[in-house]
Amino acid sequence: MEHLEQFRQEVRDWLEENCPPSMRTPLVPEEEVWGGRNAEYVNPESKLWLERMGNKGWTAPNLPKEYGGGGLDRDQTKVLHQELYRIKARPALNSFGIWMLAPCIIEFGSEEQKREHLPKIIKGEIRWCQGYSEPGSGSDLASLSTKAEDLGDHYLVNGQKVWTSYADKADWIFALVRTGPKEPKHNGISFLLIDMATEGVSTKPITLISGKSPFCETFFDNVKAPKENLVGVENSGWTIAKKLLQHERNFISNFGLAGGGTGSGADVVNIAKKYLGEANGQIANQAQRENITAHKMKEHAFGLTLQRSGDEGAKASAASSMFKYYGTEHNKDRYELMIAAMGNKGLGWTNEGFSDDEQAITKAWLRTKANSIEGGTSEVQLNVISRRVLDLPN
Amino acid sequence: MKLILTEEQQFLKDTAQSFARDKTPVTHFREMRDSENAQCWDETVWKEMVELGWSGILVPEKFGGSEFGMAGISVIMQELGKTLTPSPILSTSVLGVSAINMLGSDEQKENYLPKIVAGELTTALAIDEGSHHDPFAIDATAVLDGDEWVLNGKKAFVVDGASADSILLVARTSGKSGESNGISVFVTNKDTAGLDITKISTADSRNYANIKMSDLKLDQNALLGEQDLAGETLEKILDLGRIAISAEMLGNTEEAFEVTVNYLKERKQFGVQIGSFQALQHRAAKMFCEIELTKSAVIAAMHAADENSNELERLSSLAKFQAGETLHLVSNEAIQMHGGIGVTDEYDIGFYLKRARVAEQIFGTSEFHQARYADISGF
Repeated sequence: MEHLEQFRQEVRDWLEENCPPSMRTPLVPEEEVWGGRNAEYVNPESKLWLERMGNKGWTAPNLPKEYGGGGLDRDQTKVLHQELYRIKARPALNSFGIWMLAPCIIEFGSEEQKREHLPKIIKGEIRWCQGYSEPGSGSDLASLSTKAEDLGDHYLVNGQKVWTSYADKADWIFALVRTGPKEPKHNGISFLLIDMATEGVSTKPITLISGKSPFCETFFDNVKAPKENLVGVENSGWTIAKKLLQHERNFISNFGLAGGGTGSGADVVNIAKKYLGEANGQIANQAQRENITAHKMKEHAFGLTLQRSGDEGAKASAASSMFKYYGTEHNKDRYELMIAAMGNKGLGWTNEGFSDDEQAITKAWLRTKANSIEGGTSEVQLNVISRRVLDLPN
Repeated sequence: MKLILTEEQQFLKDTAQSFARDKTPVTHFREMRDSENAQCWDETVWKEMVELGWSGILVPEKFGGSEFGMAGISVIMQELGKTLTPSPILSTSVLGVSAINMLGSDEQKENYLPKIVAGELTTALAIDEGSHHDPFAIDATAVLDGDEWVLNGKKAFVVDGASADSILLVARTSGKSGESNGISVFVTNKDTAGLDITKISTADSRNYANIKMSDLKLDQNALLGEQDLAGETLEKILDLGRIAISAEMLGNTEEAFEVTVNYLKERKQFGVQIGSFQALQHRAAKMFCEIELTKSAVIAAMHAADENSNELERLSSLAKFQAGETLHLVSNEAIQMHGGIGVTDEYDIGFYLKRARVAEQIFGTSEFHQARYADISGF
């Protein structure tokens, strides 16, 4: 414990010196940092903050030092997060590379791939996107048909991906491609890294019900991908794909905790008190107060379950399915409760008649509807729990 | 606070699991229910529990206990809950011990605790007076007359009240109903003149009594702790009781769920196992998630009690709320998924439903704890 307290002091000192003042103020959406070759920094301090955290490896605190990570153990990582939270520091970097890809490169990648890709991910120099779903392959992901033909020193990739988050801004894509067209569907898939700047790659944004376009369609038209960019063994990419989904689900399930993940950051109790009024310090509307309380209690129990899972050291895929299912459904409930508490103030579209905060909540509410679809639908998660944990028959 | 068990707690849990499987499977509960045994629990079984040290888990070492704490007794109750084992462990080893230990004088502790550890004395906490748990709604009165206390009033639904050797009576010595100030606790033998104990018959076939005090005269030694000031401590004692019964309810839930999932794998209709139907699979998977949340809430609450955390009240309410909601859901789904046999007396699954609803009431329903949690949290 003593060395941990010493570490805490070191972290505290370092943050005091290195976290710029404006990085300790509430995040405004335009200043969110995702890194990459084409990143634009509205606030120069966010660039500085990324560089400092990236050089320290603390954007990916638990990844090994030799690849640019922080090399911290679980307890130290927790201390770092606590200290960041204490000074209300903004995330230095949002990154699919760190959340999803890096753990898979560590587990399945070659030494060359680790040295090539991990430092750039950790420093935020390269921004990644995920090429999984296709127009004909949603929940039945393994039926994907984007094909990669072996042409000696490279693969020739043809096909289409959909729901590729921020593909129009990403530098590279990790994609599932079919290399074994004659194999059973799960045994003909490979995990391939493709530079988005390669000739033949193009993207087209999809406008969502929130009016925003975080997702794209991504097209591959005779794209040449060098063979050294295959992760793991040809035709055994499904194992990597599933592992990556677990990392993705673990990340998305944090949405279930207020303040976790992305979102408006608004607290449902404060919102309710503001829009419904207070009576003796309590949310004035009894029915909504009860609904909100039940929601907060579930959230408390869910947070304890995430903690317990960490304390038990459990890494089972079934646990990630449970967290993904529960966390995303819970997050949807939170925003339903929030806009219900706001009444007609929760339904604005532009700034004609509505504040920025109000509109942000409305947009976030619409965004949450995708939480229980992306990364495997709630129904798919329930299937996984039924089959893998409860061992119920097919 | 790490949300896992220590080796010692795991050992207690394993011991309790073997005990429940070997000595008190559900057939034991069924025999009790069908027997003439009015106290609804078995003396021999209780003696064996006492020999294992379970009566003294919360008792300080100097009075012969083991001080294994709330985590220790909760994991035992969880395992006993799986087979619906009836025993006075909640009323005596949790509530009786805590009340005497937290309120009593050294002399009173010396007088009661070693006897409880030795299995020579069982207790019951008589607090509620109406049809719902409401700890400060105390109308029963205690008035000092010379050097004697005179108690009058009624108590309802007293857990193990029909078998306890000593009754802990909560009465008002000042103030009015609803106030936490002015509450005092007295302890007396069940045979004291003026104390009228009536066993009531409940759906879960366990031991409860209504109690009437008519000019019940007690000497000054009967007062546990300070006059008028028991309210706050009583809340803490109740919180321990709530955590313990939440653990038992978690055990009820786990077993009802496991039995049901096994049935889904065995039962065939339309030529296939009914567990292959997605309509049932998804409901089972959702129950699994709720059970996982319940485990976390219960383990957090029991550790909070042992660490004297200032989160005890909130976590105890969270545990009872979550355990109640989950057991309610699972006990209903268990019956539905069993189909016709689920509503027969021959199958055990109905026992879990009947126990569930009673346990949900004890020391506050989910709604009670939801309101309490909201107040504490400032919602």
